[in-house]
Amino acid sequence: MHTAISQRATYWLMRVITYFIVFIIASIIFVILWNGLPAVSWEFLTTMPRRSGAEGGILPAIVGTLSLVLGTIIIALPLGMATAIYLSEYATQGRFTHTIRLAIVTLAGVPSIVFGLFGLGLFVIFMKFGASIISGCLTLACMILPTIIVSSEEALRVVPRSLREGSLALGATKWQTIYKNVLPYSVSGMLTGSILGIGRVAGETAPILLTVAAFYLPKLPRSIFDQVMALPYHLYILATQHPEPDKVRSMQYATALVLVLLVVGVNIVAILLRIRMRKKHRW
Amino acid sequence: MVDKKYSDDTEVKILVKDLSFYYGNVQALFNITMKIYARKVTALIGPSGCGKSTFLRALNRMNDIIDQAHTSGNVLIDDIDVYQNDIDIVSLRKKVGMVFQKSNPFPKSIFDNVAYGPRIHGIKNRKILSEIVEKSLVRAALWNEVKDRLGKNAMDLSGGQQQRLCIARALAVQPEILLMDEPASALDPQSTAKIEDLIDELRRDYTIIIVTHNMQQAARVSDFTAFLYEGYLIEIGHTDQIFTKPLEKKTEDYITGRFG
Repeated sequence: MHTAISQRATYWLMRVITYFIVFIIASIIFVILWNGLPAVSWEFLTTMPRRSGAEGGILPAIVGTLSLVLGTIIIALPLGMATAIYLSEYATQGRFTHTIRLAIVTLAGVPSIVFGLFGLGLFVIFMKFGASIISGCLTLACMILPTIIVSSEEALRVVPRSLREGSLALGATKWQTIYKNVLPYSVSGMLTGSILGIGRVAGETAPILLTVAAFYLPKLPRSIFDQVMALPYHLYILATQHPEPDKVRSMQYATALVLVLLVVGVNIVAILLRIRMRKKHRW
Repeated sequence: MVDKKYSDDTEVKILVKDLSFYYGNVQALFNITMKIYARKVTALIGPSGCGKSTFLRALNRMNDIIDQAHTSGNVLIDDIDVYQNDIDIVSLRKKVGMVFQKSNPFPKSIFDNVAYGPRIHGIKNRKILSEIVEKSLVRAALWNEVKDRLGKNAMDLSGGQQQRLCIARALAVQPEILLMDEPASALDPQSTAKIEDLIDELRRDYTIIIVTHNMQQAARVSDFTAFLYEGYLIEIGHTDQIFTKPLEKKTEDYITGRFG
């Protein structure tokens, strides 16, 4: 009798805690929608900001964030995938790979503002890229590399060893085996994990603060060496640095809404990709 | 250890001399010496963990892919030592095909499975590939069952069909030797019978070495039988002799079911 009651109590406790998580997410979305939706309009999405962002739209920030996400993918994806392939397929597992994995885990734990400082020192000042899209992308790429490496390695590990052996036994070289019989079945997993990680890049503020983001720049970038505005930084400026933050409240929430939709959009692409690929491969 | 009749047989395909194998510090094979004759079926029997599979994988150097593994001794295939440093592993594995215990078709179409080997060895012409695929599937007694659905995913085949597909895939690169690691252990009796018939058919053209747990199977399909125990080769001889008058006490105990 007593155990039955504690059983039920535990069950309900777990259940309430789980619902609480859903509640948090739902409230965030509700608050953003409620406050932001009225200010979102075609004009808001497609025009330049005016009067320090108090009026007009957020087009340069949208373009900025999109170009940062795209640039980061282009830089980080090949590097991360190559590292993962080397680590899990080529390197002899031992002290050496152990050290590399430790480095990757540590890299993942470095606070993002430290990445910002690092990017400022290396890319902006030392390599003389200045505050620019390229500096920002390189900084974000460093930050996202651990995520891409870890998820890519996981995707490689899912491919059964028997497929590798079957290929090698037919006289395939190691690279032929990886290229023709491992990558085709793991590339979707690699992409999915990486894109989910990259979704986070869109929302990062600290690394771009020091390397690329412009306070107020109502024009579109012309090259990768230009500065741009970015959604998270623009939101931060509107919320804390604006002379009259209360008057631009709806602009803040509208910007937040666009940012959240962008991240959710990226994640949905990743999830759809995964579902599609899962249907295709089984063993 | 070796009876007279056994040593009189013609054409040695594989000569194993003093082969030892180590997983790190653990020795799995101890100084194995044996001859394997061309176009005969040699069965490897012995209790689990006796080193049958390890021995088999030593012949096409599949053990190389294990970190920390170490091999000593010689394996001469057509008088060439496959463990010398400058050996081309690709052509070795082309010559020595392998069929695994658990069928491992690639999650591709039936056609692409069989064409995989020829393609990696540089054949691009679709017509030639089609011919190879058909010939290999016919040889593996699978053609009639799959000829109308070569584009279908190989994972949709039954277990027995998958294993025959793996045999076809191995045949497609025109090997001379076929290593089979318990090829029927996961199959139902009917599929097993088909595989055994196939082995009987293939023995005319290929040198076959088959690992099996099943003593009746060894007796049915093989010309020669080798008994391995705890990493040692206890006895090898004509299958009839091994099963009727084994020379070693251990062999007799094993085949009569006293252990293992």
